[in-house]
Amino acid sequence: MGTHLPSTEFDGTAVDDQREADAEAVMGQPPAQMVQLLGPDGKLGADPVYSSYADKLTPEDLRGLYADMARIRRFDVEATALQRQGQLALWVPLTGQEAAQIGSGRASQPQDYIFPTYREHGVALTRDVDLAELLRQFRGVSNGGWNPKDTNFHLYTLVLAAQTLHAVGYAMGIQRDQKLAAAAGNAGNQPDAAVIAYFGDGASSEGDVHESMVFASSYNAPVVFFCQNNHWAISVPTNVQTRVPLSNRAKGYGFPGIRVDGNDVIAVHAVTEWALEHARQGKGPVLIEAFTYRVGAHTTADDPTKYRGSDEEDAWRAKDPLVRLEKYLRAEGLADDAYFAQVKADGDELAAYVRRTAHDLVDPDIRAAFANVYAEAHPLVAEELAWFEEYSAGFAGGDEPSDQHGAAAKAGH
Amino acid sequence: MTTMTIAKAINEGLRATLAANPKSLLMGEDIGPLGGVYRVTDGLIGEFGPDRVVDTPLAESGIIGTAIGLALRGYSPVCEIQFDGFVFPGFNQITTQLAKMHARSHGNLTVPVVIRIPYGGGIGSVEHHSESPEALFAHTAGLRIITPSNPHDAYWMVQQAVQCQDPVIIFEPKRRYWLKGDVDTAAPGPSGDPFKAHILREGTDATIVAYGPLVPVALAAANAAREDGHSVEVIDLRSISPLDFDTVTASVEKTGRLIVAHEAPTFGGIGGEIAARISERAFHSLEAPVIRVGGFHMPYPVAKVEEDYLPDIDRILEALDRALSY
Repeated sequence: MGTHLPSTEFDGTAVDDQREADAEAVMGQPPAQMVQLLGPDGKLGADPVYSSYADKLTPEDLRGLYADMARIRRFDVEATALQRQGQLALWVPLTGQEAAQIGSGRASQPQDYIFPTYREHGVALTRDVDLAELLRQFRGVSNGGWNPKDTNFHLYTLVLAAQTLHAVGYAMGIQRDQKLAAAAGNAGNQPDAAVIAYFGDGASSEGDVHESMVFASSYNAPVVFFCQNNHWAISVPTNVQTRVPLSNRAKGYGFPGIRVDGNDVIAVHAVTEWALEHARQGKGPVLIEAFTYRVGAHTTADDPTKYRGSDEEDAWRAKDPLVRLEKYLRAEGLADDAYFAQVKADGDELAAYVRRTAHDLVDPDIRAAFANVYAEAHPLVAEELAWFEEYSAGFAGGDEPSDQHGAAAKAGH
Repeated sequence: MTTMTIAKAINEGLRATLAANPKSLLMGEDIGPLGGVYRVTDGLIGEFGPDRVVDTPLAESGIIGTAIGLALRGYSPVCEIQFDGFVFPGFNQITTQLAKMHARSHGNLTVPVVIRIPYGGGIGSVEHHSESPEALFAHTAGLRIITPSNPHDAYWMVQQAVQCQDPVIIFEPKRRYWLKGDVDTAAPGPSGDPFKAHILREGTDATIVAYGPLVPVALAAANAAREDGHSVEVIDLRSISPLDFDTVTASVEKTGRLIVAHEAPTFGGIGGEIAARISERAFHSLEAPVIRVGGFHMPYPVAKVEEDYLPDIDRILEALDRALSY
């Protein structure tokens, strides 16, 4: 495979061809090129910048990337099934985007902080978030589900792109931490950290993405903007969001923008590792556009047959991220049938665990909601809680006015 | 005791915060060398540098959104929104993110962001520079909303807001920025709790509740009423969320009559909330309906007619007459 192949060679749709042509017409220069190392044929190419990063991946690393992608795909199937069976209110499938998520997540370091959207289940896996906890939000028992301080993986944000500004602010905090440490004579005691802000091609139209890139650029913040261009914002194609490749927008803010084959886990890992190093070294933000495809529906409430053809989905299935890495691992003799059988068995075990745990999730008590409106005591919350307790106590066999959640102590005076 | 204006008191409060808390910082448009359009941050960038007093890009959502991120990293940002009417580009971040982050995280995360907003009219300015949007924020659980009416409160409340682990919006009465008063910088005294109302003047015939820019107006109305033989109690609410209903209820149980005055439109406003709560809590003490004095249901009018829009002494006295007529 060649390097920096124009994305037009991969698009397979007239819409994408036209967009690239439009981009060239608008910018008067060739469209953004796409970094690809592992092509759909399973052959590893070369790149003057990123091959050196890819070369660092050991056979064990490569097998691990495959195993992660396979596990999260299996998880996705299980969660979708749980929704169909009424165990979840909604599910947001990621199938097709495994390489973009696993490759970027595995390139991050523990000290980095991740701000996901609501589809980054694969990134969550790389951050050791308990995948059963991811389901809590979709079962309606939590609006979060895990403690971000445990994994540096923030809660899902459902208001599109709001988290991109949080990411930049967090990165501004890292910069100040470094200055405070230096002033205290502790420079270098902590590893340099960076932030990743995930968003999609749809969210790229939100004003907060623009503002976050302005702030990041102005303050040279250590943040990597990771845009998964999965080609569809529910039912609206990318060319309604942008007439130029999204990675090209970085030029307008004055920092590097890279389009990477989002179905090539090796290239995604390499590009993200480069970008995080760039950010941690104080060289400022980077925008990565991972060119990928949402093979399934936006959510389980969506029906893609109403807005796109199966031929397009088939064309993208031919670029499947798992298939190409399996081809490579087999061709290079890095994995055999026994390995892939084990990966499948591990995936089934994860699915069984997730199913079991989802069933066992207990419904929360609204007293916990009272307890967490404010961090400090609040008289109105206390008054309404007291009313609720009295009201509830009036029902025979109803809620006992117990306080297992500490609501009274926290909400009270 | 030092005499200073409200603007200077906030400046000194911010200075004390920056000096005491190395994780605190100020963010906003033109707050650096210019010192803000009202000079509230005057001189602070020279003292604390551009990492602590941050001139931001001109983007309110960006200011609030990055402040949330800084708070998640352990910082205490104090954001200045230049004018009341310009907070709305940041409204999404305030209501969907800032207000909900603590609840969303089951209490694992705190976002102690402070947002300072100069508000209210009476300055003869152009559109969007004279509004009172406090009810829009009071309706949002997770936020605390306070509004000082004098320099001593201003000095202490801005510091107390930064120390609070919840998000706090400070509505600053911009037409009173130059109001002078004594400030005890050694101790807050009765201003120790920023979420409690203050009884500024005791009375027996009626209660006037006001906050922010209308507090001096309410006091003047009470003085005028005394000449007519009416003893009027005046309460400075100070905090809009939480709202100190205990103090208001106790006053109404004594006086039997209540007038609530604010610049914001009466419909859907804080006065309506107070009227409803007091009718529940002190129904048998009330000698008259709770009467609201406020702005009309219209976009804030042009400067040449704003005197007809803003509640003044006569409007409050008219309401008092109505209350006393029952």
